[in-house]
Order: sequence, then C-alpha cells, then structure tokens
Amino acid sequence: MRLITHNMLKSNIKGVVSGYPLQIESDKVEVEECPFDVEATNAMLSRINFSALKAAANALNITSISDLEELPDQDCRDETLLRTLHHILFEVHVIEGYLICPETGRKFPIHDGIPNMLLHEDEV
Amino acid sequence: MSRPEGTQAPELFYDEKEAKKYDSSSRMRVIQTEITERAIEMLALPAGRPSYILDVGCGSGLSGEVLEEAGHYWTGIDISKSMLDVANERDCENGDLIHHDMGLGLPFRPGSFDGVISISAIQWLCYSESSDQDPKLRLNRFFSSLYAVLKRDARAVLQFYPENPEQAVLVMQCASRVGFAGGMVVDYPNSTKAKKYYLCLSFERSYQVPTALGVEEGVATTARAPKMARKDKAALNAAKRKEWIVNKKERRRQQGKETRHDSKYTGRKRSAKF
Repeated sequence: MRLITHNMLKSNIKGVVSGYPLQIESDKVEVEECPFDVEATNAMLSRINFSALKAAANALNITSISDLEELPDQDCRDETLLRTLHHILFEVHVIEGYLICPETGRKFPIHDGIPNMLLHEDEV
Repeated sequence: MSRPEGTQAPELFYDEKEAKKYDSSSRMRVIQTEITERAIEMLALPAGRPSYILDVGCGSGLSGEVLEEAGHYWTGIDISKSMLDVANERDCENGDLIHHDMGLGLPFRPGSFDGVISISAIQWLCYSESSDQDPKLRLNRFFSSLYAVLKRDARAVLQFYPENPEQAVLVMQCASRVGFAGGMVVDYPNSTKAKKYYLCLSFERSYQVPTALGVEEGVATTARAPKMARKDKAALNAAKRKEWIVNKKERRRQQGKETRHDSKYTGRKRSAKF
C-alpha cells in the first residue's frame, strides 16, 4: 500500500464521524521504483491532505519532509522537492502492518501490501 | 451456462483456482480489456495528464492494467482475496489494491477520485446470501458512498451484467435516488453476445450520456395510422349518435310503443337547461 492510497483511505465503521486519517503501524516497508514525472506529481499534489501525509511519513520514520510546512503550489518547479514527494507518495510501500481507526482504535491489517478494510458484522 | 452470481458469494466463487483460471483465460483478457477501454473512453477524462481512478471490483487486475497503459494512477477494491493475490503478482506500477466489500460503502474521504470505473462487478450487489445483506441496502450504501468519494467534476462508468430488466432498473433507481444524473448506455443492443450495459453517472444535471455503439443511424420506426383530427372525430360521433337514435325509435315503433315522430330536431344537442 502506497502512501498516496493511505492519504485517501478512511474508516467507515458505523458511528464514526470522520475516521480520517488512519494511523499506520508497520514493521515491513519496501521501496519500489516508480518513474518520476514533474507534471504527474504536480497533478496529484492538489488532492493530498498534507497533515495526514506528514503523520504517515513520521510513523514510517521518514524524515525527509518533517521540516516542510506546506505542500508546494500546483506549478512548482522545484524538482528536488517534487522528487522527494514523489518518492514518499509512490515509491514507499507498506507491506505488513496495521491501519488504525482514529476514533475506535480498530486495527485493519495490512498483509502483502493489501490492507483489509472488511468490517465485522457489528461495525456495519 | 448459469451465472456465477446465482451460485455463491463472490469471495467464495472466486477462490484460488477460479481466480487463476479467470486471469489466464485469453478470452477473458480480450473482453475485459475492450470493456475497460470503452469505459475509460466514456469517462471523458481531461487529456494530457494522469488522473486518479478508483476501480471497483478490480478482480485480478485486468482492468487496472488497462488504466495504467492509459497513463493513470488507480486504486482497486475487491472482495475476493484470491483475485487480489493474482493482481498483486502483476507488474503494476501505478496501482494499489484494497480488500473490501463495495456493499459496505467505499472507505475513502470525500472528493478523492477523478473518476470511477467498474467492470463486470456491480451486479453482485443484487444478490444476497443472508438476511443482513439486503440488496437494496447494499446498493444504497455503495451509491451513496460513490457520490461522496468522487470529485465534483468527476464521472463514474459502471459496466455490469443485469440478469433481467428489473435488476437494471433497480440499479439505476438506486443511483438516481442518491442524486446522480446520467443513465444507461447499451452498446450493441441487438446482439446477445456483444450487448454491454454501462451505467454512466455524473453530477451535472445537463449531462448527456455517450452515444451507444452498434446502433444504426436512421433506423425506420414502424408506421402508424395517422391520428384523426379532433373536429372530424366529433362530427363522426354525432352522426353515430343520431343514426343510433333513429334506429332505436324505429325498433320502438315496431314494438308498438308510443314514439315521437322524427324531425330535424331528432338527436340534436340540447342546451344545458334540458
């Protein structure tokens, strides 16, 4: 599971108000290369929730954006910054671990890179 | 051949063996690729830049591969772990997989996606295994969450196989009830094999669904007898009435009953006070 996907995921357990963002707990992370493109990265930036991304990066011990205050504008040309963001969003894969609902504490397991968001009967 | 939806729940039907069979079938690949390409075309995404698409019921990743080839980023959800495992083994760079049941609602924050496609999946919502999985409830959860997770200028194209017209109508009604505009596009409506149903949804009230494929232009409709003008019809009715009255009076005379004589006033419309 990439951090771009994590940025969109929320918990939809019954009774939960926002269920976002999900906290990450992980003991196995892999890096897989993904072709970088300035325009593509810029296009994706507009939909990112930055505080959630920062929290996710911190949880995975990634420090490259901990000093960054906010996301760059859509027409940013700072390639180094864009490459860093691209790496965090697309190249870091959480293989094993858990996504934790911020309101109920329920843990959704991540196995083989695939998070299991299935709800139990009493959570529907 | 019976439909898979009628035999078991999808997560049981698509077990490891079936998933491998599905993914390795060249016929399945060709069909699913064609349908996905058509769905992407109907999404009418902005040209020249990648979009972020949700693939509902992504299965073994056949449709995800097509999305990648079109240059988009995607996330797929599916209820069958075995199908997802097959998809995981694919060489997909731009796609993520999530194990989830679409009938429980889509677990994403509002306005996440530029578009949603679903290939041969949502008909599964119309079948329920147990009483707590009422199809209407599942369809409702799915469509209301779909409404939330799409960006306001985004569209959804959902190809599926309705078992009968009632199912197609049920699905469309659920979609329109949550507030979507749009409708069903039926490609190749005259061919049993090639016929495909695409539910195209948008937020714009003025949205026109794409034109269907395989429908000939200028097909003649059956000729109908021209309708009579109202004036002619009134005159015809009046004549009928007088004729009937005259015949009735003749019958009464033959029966020996007292009958008024016929005159120019026979059967004429009286004014209201009579």
